[in-house]
Formats: sequence, structure tokens, C-alpha cells
Amino acid sequence: MHLKYESQLREPLVYGNKTYAQVTEDIVRPIEAKPSRLWYIGFFIAVTLLMFGAYSVYREVTYGIGEWNLNKTIGWGWDITNFVWWVGIGHAGTLISAVLLLFRQGWRTGVNRAAEAMTIFAVMCAGQFPIFHMGRVWMAFFVMPYPNSRGPLWVNFNSPLLWDVFAISTYFTVSLLFWYSGLLPDFATVRDRAFTKLRKKLYGIASFGWTGSTKHWQRHESLSLVLAGLSTPLVLSVHTIVSFDFATSVIPGWHTTIFPPYFVAGAIFSGFAMVQTLLLIVRKVFGLTDYITIGHIDLMNKVIVLTGSIVGIAYLTELFMGWYSQNKYEGYTFWYSRAYLFSPYGWSYWGMMACNVLSPQIFWSKKMRRNVFVTFFMSIIVNIGMWFERFVIIVTSLYRDYLPSSWSVYYSPSIWEIGFYAGTFGLFFTCFFLFAKYFPVIAIAEIKYVLKRSGESYKPGFDAIETQPLDKFVHDHAHAH
Amino acid sequence: MAQKKFVVGCFDDEKVLFPAVKQVRTAGYKIQDVYTPFPVHGLDHALGMRETSLHTAGFIYGITGTTTAISCISWIFTKDWPLNIGGKPHFALPAWIPIIFELTVLFAAVGMVMTFLWLCQMAPGVKKHHFHKRATDDLFVMVIECTEKTNAEDLKALLAANGAVETDIQVAEDGWWFGTYDNDNEKLYKQVAH
Repeated sequence: MHLKYESQLREPLVYGNKTYAQVTEDIVRPIEAKPSRLWYIGFFIAVTLLMFGAYSVYREVTYGIGEWNLNKTIGWGWDITNFVWWVGIGHAGTLISAVLLLFRQGWRTGVNRAAEAMTIFAVMCAGQFPIFHMGRVWMAFFVMPYPNSRGPLWVNFNSPLLWDVFAISTYFTVSLLFWYSGLLPDFATVRDRAFTKLRKKLYGIASFGWTGSTKHWQRHESLSLVLAGLSTPLVLSVHTIVSFDFATSVIPGWHTTIFPPYFVAGAIFSGFAMVQTLLLIVRKVFGLTDYITIGHIDLMNKVIVLTGSIVGIAYLTELFMGWYSQNKYEGYTFWYSRAYLFSPYGWSYWGMMACNVLSPQIFWSKKMRRNVFVTFFMSIIVNIGMWFERFVIIVTSLYRDYLPSSWSVYYSPSIWEIGFYAGTFGLFFTCFFLFAKYFPVIAIAEIKYVLKRSGESYKPGFDAIETQPLDKFVHDHAHAH
Repeated sequence: MAQKKFVVGCFDDEKVLFPAVKQVRTAGYKIQDVYTPFPVHGLDHALGMRETSLHTAGFIYGITGTTTAISCISWIFTKDWPLNIGGKPHFALPAWIPIIFELTVLFAAVGMVMTFLWLCQMAPGVKKHHFHKRATDDLFVMVIECTEKTNAEDLKALLAANGAVETDIQVAEDGWWFGTYDNDNEKLYKQVAH
């Protein structure tokens, strides 16, 4: 499933002089140690944000959508912006775990577990927004097609909003299954090292009685490969369908055929930035710098500069088409509402351009790609930029309607709208802190699988090859093909 | 579930394991299983296992999802409650492709995971005998079931000669039972003194 032979040119995926037992020790140690003070502080902040979010949602459910400063012109504001933003963040996890598995990229092993966890938590956060935007959230089950006493009145299968229901719920389920099936062997590893009765009991239940039998591994490999094959088109479909929410409408600025690839690239872009933010902290706090190496960070930054540039091309294409179509409404939206700096929301467009298109270009430099501080800073910038992108798409297309009488310029969020967004950060980080404390944050079995091929101490390196006589090298390698 | 007698050999390197598997099989023993901390490629073939057909099951589940989606949506929108949406055809297949696709993936994934768990007899609360604690850490544990004809001591010697770092004779439950892992002696090592 991964690389079979590896060039000596490639940098090792695992640094240090590791044995299999050492790999287990390194990755399981944070789970077995007491959490640090920093963990408690972080967890406390996350839970506090979650509580504030819960109260904001309580306000919204009790008093209605009016608690948010939406109006009849700008009917989608922060909530749908946040929804698309969180879903997009989720995409990097599936990309790393599924697409890179199919492309046989060995480096995914160091980062896939945490990235998949991020996917699941991000999709959980994303789901909150459309559900609570319904207003009467106690009727949310109406989105499910089932025989009912209202006719039966079915849902509209031709509506992109219903496609979204299916896409997001399928995405969540499949990601969860993929993640958990990968966790089973690692839970068994934790279980077999456990030193208290409670740990043995809980990790025993969580591991489903995994033994490591060869037949089970064979099936597990088959399962992972097929789930990866299913997740790859799934992840593309999910953000495609999210973009259909906009693209199938007739609103200038939304009604464009470029949306699916543009949204998918943007999703991967922001997702990788979030992976960087999280993993840079995790590798430092848990001492996993041998497994999540500078090489991993370098590779992910390459993905960021690629997808950032794709997104940039999409922005320019939109501008070009706004002019080339000679459609007055399109032109007005793209050239006035968005690109004109001194229009009411021009600042958000140029904020987006600066964060998403201009600043990631710094990663053409290898030195910058391998700089931890620059990467961390840029990962935050990119996520701010991608939030602006969704805000630009939604608000700048809506605030000037066809009828000037319904124009609304002064949309700004209420405290409860912001509170809801902050609350999803609370939910995300509460889950992530618990994950980092109780789950193996790196796929132990997969690291062991690549260890003897890509571990630093197992690679002879080029020195050995360069010191041998030329005729011996030719003799050894001439018959290779 | 029956209790059986097993000869256990532990290896610490997959490079030693492969020749040992070959030697033990050539000597006429049937290897019950090898427990490894990570998937060792080629070991299933070395043990003479056939390929798994889990992916075929996945394909069938996927097709089931596709047909479920097509039949349900077309029945709902053409027979049960036809909605007139701008005079467009009731049978609007292109608009249903997203949901058909999602249900295909959902059925395939859920079905495959369920089948995987069923085939491997795994579930929360299930417990199985551990031949060696380090089988999930850094040891490759080869297990051979003893028959009346097996001379366990000979077999242990053969394993040791082929590079096993530890050898052992264990009497253990063959299948699974409901239990928790904090209770080590539940059904394990009950009758080691055979």
C-alpha cells in the first residue's frame, strides 16, 4: 500500500535510532503520562468557549434567528460562512488519509491519525450551523426522507440543500469508520501496555478484541484500501455539493461553473493550514518531532502553495469572466462589490487576496517551508483568508440585491452570532484535547510498517554509495532493469 | 469454545520470521496464525492464506446502495408524490446523481466495516486469548496447534533453531468470549500443567 522501495535521496520519515518497541514507547507515552498544566489550561479555555457557544445557541433557539443580525437581504451571513469554512477544514484529513494512501505517499503515516481526527471534529462543528439556521431546530429531522403523516410530504431530492444533508452525513459516517478502523490495532497496543485496571478495561472495550492475527491484518488492509478508494471521490463530492448550494442559484457571484473545483482546492488549502496549526503544537507538546518531521511540514507547505495558487487562479478567472461575459450584474458584483477596495465590503475581498493568494507565495522558498514559526504564522493567516473567502462569496453577493430598495450594507454580526462561532471552536478544541490525551495521535502500526524502509537508522544514505568504487556501483546497478 | 494446546514461538525480526514460517510448514506443521504488531506484507501468502474477498462484499453493498437510492427516489417523485417543479420531468435523474452517489458510498462503507467486524469476530467487549503481550508491540508470534501426533518439545526446538527468541507451550481458549482485559486470568492459562 505504500512505497515498496525508497530512494536514498528521500529524507527519512522517522528520525532517530528507533526500534519497534521504541516507536510504541514514544507514541503511547503521552497517553500514559499525566496531562501537563498546559493541557489543563487549554482544555479549560476550550470548555469555556463551548459553554459560551451553548448559551449563544440557547439564545438563538429561544428567541429565533433574529438573535443574529441577519436581515431579509443578507439571509446567509456568519453561520453559512462558518459552515463552509469548517467543512473545508475537514477535507485535508480525508485527503491525507485516503488520497495519499492511493498515491502511495509514505509520509502520510506520521500525520494521518491527527488529520482524520481533525476531519471528524470539523464536520461535527460544521453540522451545527445549517441545523441551527433552520430556526425551529426541533424539527430538524424533517430533512430526512421517511414516510410521515404529513402527506407523506417528502423532501425535495432535486435540491442542493438536501444533497448537502446526504453528503455531510455520509462524509461524517465514512470518515468516522475509516478513522476508527485504523485505531483498532493501536488501541490494542495501548491496552496491552496498560497498567491500571480501568485502562485495561476501557482500552480493551475500545479495541474490540483485536489480536493482530495475520488474517485480520489482511482484511484490515483490504478494508483500508477500499475505504480510501471510496473516500477519495467522496471528499471531492462533498465540497462540490457544498459549492452547488451557491452555484445552482441565480445570484450573480454564485452562479458560476467554476465553483466545484475552486471550492475543493480551497477546502484542501484551508484544511492543510489547520493540520499545520494543530500538528506543530502536537509534535512539540508531546515530543513527537522524530515522527512529525520538518520534512512533513515541508511537504504540506508545498500542498498549501499549490492549492493557494489554484484558488488564486479561480479568483482571477472570476474577475475575467465578470468582464468578458459583459453581464452587467456579474460585472457589478465582481468589479464593484468585491474588487473595488472602497466599496462597502472591498476590504474583505482584499483581505482574502492578501491572505490566500499573495502571502502563501512565500512557500516557494525552501527555507521558509522548513521554518516552523513561519509555517505556524502562515497557517493562521491562511485560515483567516479562507474564512474571508466564504464571507466574500456569501455577503458581497447578497448585500446589493437587484432592487436598490432592498440594499443592505450595514450587516455586522451580533454577539450571539460570534458566540456561536466561538462555541464551535470550543467544541473542536475540547474534542481535540481529549483526542490528544487519550488516543494515539500517530498511527503506531503504520509507523512500524514504514520504519525499516524509511527510518533514519535503517537508511544507509548516500555516503555508503559514494565511497564505493565506480565499477562496483555500475556492476550492482547495471542489471537493475 | 474448546481449550486447545498450542506451541508458541516469538520472533523479533520479520526477516527471521519468513524463513522460519517456511521451515515450519515444510516440516509438516500447520501454522494456526502469526500475530504481528503491524501488517507484514506477503505473510498471508507465506502462510498459504487465500485472498480476502472483503472488497467484493464492498462492491455488492455499494450496488445495493445505488439501487436503493434510485428506486426510492424515483418511486417517491414519480408515483407517490409527484412534485411539479417548473414543469420539469418528474424522473429527474441528473439531479439525483449526488444522492445516489452518496448512498452508494455510505452503504459500501458501513457494510464493509460491519462485515469486517463479523469476519474477524470483533465487537466492543469481546476478548480473545493473548499468546504474548508484546504481539501488539514488537514481537511476531507464531502459533501452532498441537494434535495428538505433535511432539511439542521437538516443535519448540525447531522454532528455536529457526530464530525464535522465546518459545512456549500454552493451553488456551480457541475462540472469543465476552470479557474485560483487566481480568487477566479469566480463561487463560487455566490448565497449563498438562
